Amino acid sequence: MQTVRLIVNGTAVSPTADAETPLLDILRNRLGLMGTKFGCGLEQCGCCMVLIDGRPEKSCGKPLSAIAGKEIVTIEGLGTPDRPHPLQQAFLDEQAGQCGYCLPGILITAKALLDRNPSPSRKEIAEALDENICRCGSQIRILRAVERAARFLREGAAR
Amino acid sequence: MSASSTLPPLLAANPRLDRWVGFPSPGCVKVSTGRVEIGQGVLTAMLQIAADELDVAPDRILLQTGDTDLTPNEGYTAGSQSIQFGGVALRTACAEVRGLFLDHAAANFGYSRPDLSVRDGAITHRGEATGHDYWSLAAAVDLARHATGRLVTKSVNDYRVVGRSMLRVDLAAKVFGEPVFVHDMALEGMVHARVVRQPRRGATIATVDDAALRRAAKGPIEIVRDGNFLAILGADETVVEAVAAVASNHVAWDGMDPINPFQEEARWLLQQPSIDRIIGPPPRSDPMPGTTRHEATYTRMHIAHASVAPSCGLALYRDGRLTVWTHSQGVYPLRDALARTLKLDPAAISVKHVQGAGCYGHNGADDAAADAAVIAFHRPGEPVKVRWRREEEFGFEPVSPAMVVTAQAVLDDSARPADWTTEIWSGRHTSRPGGGGNLLAAEALPNPPPPAPASESSYPPGAGTRNGEPLYDFPAKRILLHLVAETPVRTSSLRGLGATLNVFAIESSMDELAERAGRDPVAYRLSVLSDPRARAVVEHAARLAEWKPGLPPGAGRGRGIGFARYKNLAAYAAVVAEVEVDESVRLLRVWCAADAGLVINPDGAINQLEGGIIQAASWALKEGVRLDTAGISSRDWETYPVLRFSEVPEVTVELVNPAADLPPLGVGEASGGPTVAAIGNAVAHALGTRLRDLPLTRDRVMAALLKA
Repeated sequence: MQTVRLIVNGTAVSPTADAETPLLDILRNRLGLMGTKFGCGLEQCGCCMVLIDGRPEKSCGKPLSAIAGKEIVTIEGLGTPDRPHPLQQAFLDEQAGQCGYCLPGILITAKALLDRNPSPSRKEIAEALDENICRCGSQIRILRAVERAARFLREGAAR
Repeated sequence: MSASSTLPPLLAANPRLDRWVGFPSPGCVKVSTGRVEIGQGVLTAMLQIAADELDVAPDRILLQTGDTDLTPNEGYTAGSQSIQFGGVALRTACAEVRGLFLDHAAANFGYSRPDLSVRDGAITHRGEATGHDYWSLAAAVDLARHATGRLVTKSVNDYRVVGRSMLRVDLAAKVFGEPVFVHDMALEGMVHARVVRQPRRGATIATVDDAALRRAAKGPIEIVRDGNFLAILGADETVVEAVAAVASNHVAWDGMDPINPFQEEARWLLQQPSIDRIIGPPPRSDPMPGTTRHEATYTRMHIAHASVAPSCGLALYRDGRLTVWTHSQGVYPLRDALARTLKLDPAAISVKHVQGAGCYGHNGADDAAADAAVIAFHRPGEPVKVRWRREEEFGFEPVSPAMVVTAQAVLDDSARPADWTTEIWSGRHTSRPGGGGNLLAAEALPNPPPPAPASESSYPPGAGTRNGEPLYDFPAKRILLHLVAETPVRTSSLRGLGATLNVFAIESSMDELAERAGRDPVAYRLSVLSDPRARAVVEHAARLAEWKPGLPPGAGRGRGIGFARYKNLAAYAAVVAEVEVDESVRLLRVWCAADAGLVINPDGAINQLEGGIIQAASWALKEGVRLDTAGISSRDWETYPVLRFSEVPEVTVELVNPAADLPPLGVGEASGGPTVAAIGNAVAHALGTRLRDLPLTRDRVMAALLKA
């Protein structure tokens, strides 16, 4: 067992668990943050995507021992209904989703993209999101929503 | 009763009005539907229907869905029938409830009935407030009575909420990561469990090395065994998951006859014993000398639902009552199946729907719920959560059966079909547990139920036969079905059922016939299509895509069209696809026109049509379940690839006459078959040679190019 200090959505936490416990399980079962989803446990589908020190990472494959001292952002850290992140607002504006199970992971991947590239092309957005699977076929709306959020963010930055 | 014969069937089956509508607290309306949200937006559409028919603001409505304790029994949420049937039942119930309140106000307060109306729940007289509303009169108006159907629903012109795009009521919670899925449920004192699956139907446990399983665990686990049902459980999900991942090393099975991996391709179906059926006039015995014949054969591999979330279920057995939380499409049929499995009275079981990821048909949802129920039955008082592993979902969910379809046409002098046969070889498309057995957990218990016999739903809508009959004006049309009962893997319903390959076969053949006749594919179709709504969607899609006849084939870039009316009963859809093909197929653009009658939520319907297009593109270009001697071998997203973001085309969808005063038609499965067909035709146009076996992978394109 190992106790590890982390910052999750701006709050310091110190979960104790076996060193190989995936970050995903820490988030869901120890910290009660259910927004990050299990999809495959194989780092193939992107449902469990979180930001680790600003980089998008699949939390199902990140053992506790590898994340000591890191800063984690999950979907719960993106925005709230009262203060939505521009990406969340854009996804609602575009009604970008059907079942919605893949959306937390997609929003995290998109946030990481917009953080490093405020004006991505449609192709760059699609390539970033190739890490994520949407089985319902909402991709067109999701691509539109990320473009819309990028516009929000650029206009916000310009003001 | 004569009155109930006028009721929509689902209201006749659930006639008590208080089962549909109630007024639990001031300002709040409770509306119940047996339909469940599976990502298709049905909650929002139902809310719109109820809001309009009751004349209340949508945000006053609290929706109850899919709960055997609370909601009407509407069977399964499947087959694009929620709006077409469930919505009509709800609308009729709401109209009657509204009418009963107005009757009461007229009878008790001296108003003339025709002058009464409702505005956001308040009763008005000639437009003026009366001081009465649903809530003030709720105690006096008894809804514990049967619907009569004597009150007419509103006319289309009076709709204020229906027909306008409304934001999905379930989407915001998902965008903010709120715990809305059954996967997110955590009950006090809950244990996590994984099942060590029978590798094959009928396989029996030879040995279980309990000690090795416990040694593999990094924390406390318990093992539950009943017959050939074996589960590992514990408080720590990480521990249980890790043991489950290696459990097959410590369990030996008997009864593991290898399967034939060549059965992953569909043509093996042609040599199998089958249950045969003819729908339509008997085949011609004479060969019609002097006439031209066309015949072509099309195939498809097994297809996985490939839900992005593995199935999940929770159960609690306490004081003789079993409660199950599930993302099953049918809470009542599942309750009955669980009652048979556990020999419990159905009245002692509550099954509650909680959302899961999109399922697109009968996936592992019911099985995971049954796993949880069986384990809970062994552990009274302890809440049990079962979440399948990814490998388990791909390896053990019922898949959509492989199919072979031959289109045969005898042509008249003007090269149009005078006699048409669609001959279908298919495994079963319907084996949901409500129909009798077919729960993996039940099959593993001692004295498993006998397998349910293979059967084909009556036509229309049919299952394997679905859309087997072209909508075109051919003088004689028939379907020959060969239902193959024994398949190497378990099969059941997936979005579209048999329609996907049947439409691919029919629409591919229409292009082949057009080419033979020297006609443009759109013009050729219109020359044999008299249904005006069908013509309208074909013309609309061609116009959207700026369809131009006469583009040369074999240029590496191609366009194709596909058309169907889903089930020949639901929405009409025509799709045009544009592709580029060198060694593999790149899908560039898709245009779709659909006529779904009166559309409740236009943006919701377009979202469904778009989703159908993208999923069908994935089927057409990438998907096929792989087999080895041990069963399904494609157990992850690398061996079962689906369309990724970079591969998704531009998509344009338009609705034809969405505000028409016509019955709403189911739309969720309407675009799939036409999309697969349009892509096939576009690829044939681009290559100058036709691929008739799905999926249209790089290997198949290369093989076709070498042959050509």
